[in-house]
Amino acid sequence: MNLLEIENLSLSIGDTPILKGVELTIAPGEVVGLVGESGSGKSMTALTIMRLLPHLARAEGRVAFDGIDILGASEDQMCALRGDDIGMVFQEPMTALNPVKTIGEQVAEGIRWHTKASRAEAEERARKILDRVGLPEAKFPLSRYPHELSGGQRQRVVIAIACALKPKLLIADEPTTALDVVLQAQILDLLRDLVSENRMGLLLISHDLAVVTEMADRLIILRNGEVMEAGDTARTLSEQQHPYTRELALASTHVPARPKPHLAGSAKPLLEVEGVGRDYPGRRKSLFRPAQPIRAVDDVSLTIEPAQSVALVGRSGCGKSTLARMILALDKPTAGTIRFRGEPITGKPESTLKPARRDMQVVFQDPYGSFDPRQKVEKLVAEPLHLLEKPPAKAERREMVAHALQEVGLSQRDMDKYPHEFSGGQRQRLSIARAIITRPKLVVADEPVSALDVSIRAQILDLFAELNQKLGIAYLFITHDLTVARAMADEVLVMHEGKIVERGRAAEVLDHPRSEAAQALVAAAPDLHRAIARKMQEQG
Amino acid sequence: MTAYLLKRIIIAALTLVLASIVVFAVMEILPGDPARLMLGLNASADQVEVLRNQMGLNAPLVLRYLHWAGGLLSLDFGRSYTYSVPVIDLVRERIVVSLPLALIALALSTIIAIPIGVFSASRQGRAGDTLVMGAAQLGVAVPNFWFALMLIYLFAVWLRLVPAGGFPGWSAGIWTALKSLLLPAVALALPQAAILGRVARSALIEVLNEDYIRTARAKGLPYRAVLWRHALRNAMIPVLTILGLQFAFLLAGTIIIENVFYLPGLGRLIFQAITQRDLIVVEGIVMLLVAAVILINLLVDFSYAIVDPRLRAIPGKVRSGFPSGIAPKQILRAVQRFRETRNRSRGRQ
Repeated sequence: MNLLEIENLSLSIGDTPILKGVELTIAPGEVVGLVGESGSGKSMTALTIMRLLPHLARAEGRVAFDGIDILGASEDQMCALRGDDIGMVFQEPMTALNPVKTIGEQVAEGIRWHTKASRAEAEERARKILDRVGLPEAKFPLSRYPHELSGGQRQRVVIAIACALKPKLLIADEPTTALDVVLQAQILDLLRDLVSENRMGLLLISHDLAVVTEMADRLIILRNGEVMEAGDTARTLSEQQHPYTRELALASTHVPARPKPHLAGSAKPLLEVEGVGRDYPGRRKSLFRPAQPIRAVDDVSLTIEPAQSVALVGRSGCGKSTLARMILALDKPTAGTIRFRGEPITGKPESTLKPARRDMQVVFQDPYGSFDPRQKVEKLVAEPLHLLEKPPAKAERREMVAHALQEVGLSQRDMDKYPHEFSGGQRQRLSIARAIITRPKLVVADEPVSALDVSIRAQILDLFAELNQKLGIAYLFITHDLTVARAMADEVLVMHEGKIVERGRAAEVLDHPRSEAAQALVAAAPDLHRAIARKMQEQG
Repeated sequence: MTAYLLKRIIIAALTLVLASIVVFAVMEILPGDPARLMLGLNASADQVEVLRNQMGLNAPLVLRYLHWAGGLLSLDFGRSYTYSVPVIDLVRERIVVSLPLALIALALSTIIAIPIGVFSASRQGRAGDTLVMGAAQLGVAVPNFWFALMLIYLFAVWLRLVPAGGFPGWSAGIWTALKSLLLPAVALALPQAAILGRVARSALIEVLNEDYIRTARAKGLPYRAVLWRHALRNAMIPVLTILGLQFAFLLAGTIIIENVFYLPGLGRLIFQAITQRDLIVVEGIVMLLVAAVILINLLVDFSYAIVDPRLRAIPGKVRSGFPSGIAPKQILRAVQRFRETRNRSRGRQ
């Protein structure tokens, strides 16, 4: 008998249809992957099962969990199910835990609520489950607060909360999207083990086809609230019968064409980083002893040539963003020098940095957060123009913005719109337009595609490649995503604990990593082709 | 934690010193010679000069400040020009009225505001919320002395439950004394509660949209439990901030309210002292009020650390006293909201 049966589920919020006739079943011990791009209704499907839908949402159809009609159940019945028989893990571990309660309290709370256990009993059980998810009490006592843990550790706590009472069904909504690849592999391993230990059903929701392929027995591909294809993982992905499935698979492994490859050593370097270090004041252990500084970046040297594309890869917290900030002269190194076009930019006053700032622009990860929502596109994209020697007049400025918008594949009519009128991918195009409007020589891109859906991501990578070819822009990609490095970079630098531990041609480093850090990254990175091949063997 | 507290204490002390300089300087600039005032219009210039020397008014500015500030430290506020008694004696008589009044009002406004905020936030957009927030809007807009008059009419004149004004003194029995403080405290508290309730509501609504509320719901906790156990404590930081800011307004409010209710408190004393140009009394009381506000805000700073564990462990990178990105934004938003509400109410008055 199936644990969860969803038949002909339709959902609308207000007048907007969200789901249309969704069918889904999960048997005990089965891992079902729910794949789709943002807005496809993945999360809403999960929230329907939990009955935690937003106000005004109306669901129709049949959702049966363990014989219980979920859509018809009373709120009290649902409270009894949630956290006991159905657990849920969310995407963003940094915000999923209450900052003012200890992890012990937060894990024990659900146990006490459902089992009426005493405080001591509940804490004992909390200790066990935290130990099980890899947070042993000796190192992570129950009295820890969420802010004292890293993202990966917090996600373990969230999993402990969800699995504390050995649920029959676990719903994991993008559980690893916010984590770096090494942490992702660890969390996925943990989920896999929990499934096999307790014969738990797992609904794994992700936009990342490779992750789901590695994990799931069966796949359900969702688009605009409708199931496009469903079936065994190996068969679905090897045959790729549905055009949308094929589209997704192609987009996930997309490598943009760059007909003119970069020739190393062809010109004198654009950017030279020499022995750069950055210390942060550490935590003071005693009032009388000075604090030990934390070395975020340690003796890093690198060069970027004109039109060269370099990827700086590493796990979160390895210092890559700090390095990027110093290159952009947004932070001052505590050691070493940075030269841009032969001119040192370290230790120079802001007023003399104008030419460097003009020729060096940045694209951030979050296209939502990097725009002022109250300003029109024209103003936002024109922002860097004040860096020009002679700021353009109004008409000329409009001209330049229109041109930049065209270059990134937007229309000049978009100039008078506001950022919220654009989709995530379009917003990233806007931030690229803003970056290239001053005709920079170097663009630093900090995780530029990791917030985007696979198909959008492929388009944005194409855009980066095109601008590189057409305008000769050099790139420094900061990323933990090796597929970006593989797709875009001529050279890859691997950073680990503030140091660059390996560098070389992209294909070489990614196919034959020598350093331990690089090997760990490569081994943990999900790879669609490899995952499909493995699934083919498993499922015959 | 200790580093955080130490820093707050040092900042509070520096603020106090700065405030004393400002108060002293303002009083120096104001026109009116205390010696001439004390001797009356018929005194000769020589007599005034003699008194000025006696009172130390001819000493250099810095010396006079140091003398005055040094006196403050030992609770010596000087002698009143009009009453010719030590200021501290006047204050001692009056503070036993004003301090309980302010504290009762503060407690009342909190007790009223938090349930209002919780009620409204949990019924956001529904009839109950609209009704309560409408009433709160009224509470913000209506000045406290009008409340005072209405309360007097209702409870003292009509129902005859409490006296309409005056203070029998604590020797008349605690209950009798408290009874005469009740109406003024309510009148003071209502507008403050209205503001605080609105702040509590918006802080809660913001918190209720946080991811960890969803996590708590996914644990199987009913909505009500999530609200009280998870949301309220997180919403406390902005509420506490406003509470600290409001205390200053409460103290200012006592000046009007004590006059309406004929209470022999600090507010009336400072009012009389200003009209009589008894500058030394004004200086003393203002300093006292400043100290009270600073103390309350120091307590608020301490309570942040109790509410939010992120403030207890301060690594080196915390510069503002808050962990980067979390608390200040929340607080700034709360303060902004508070100012908006206040300004709106002022505009109506």
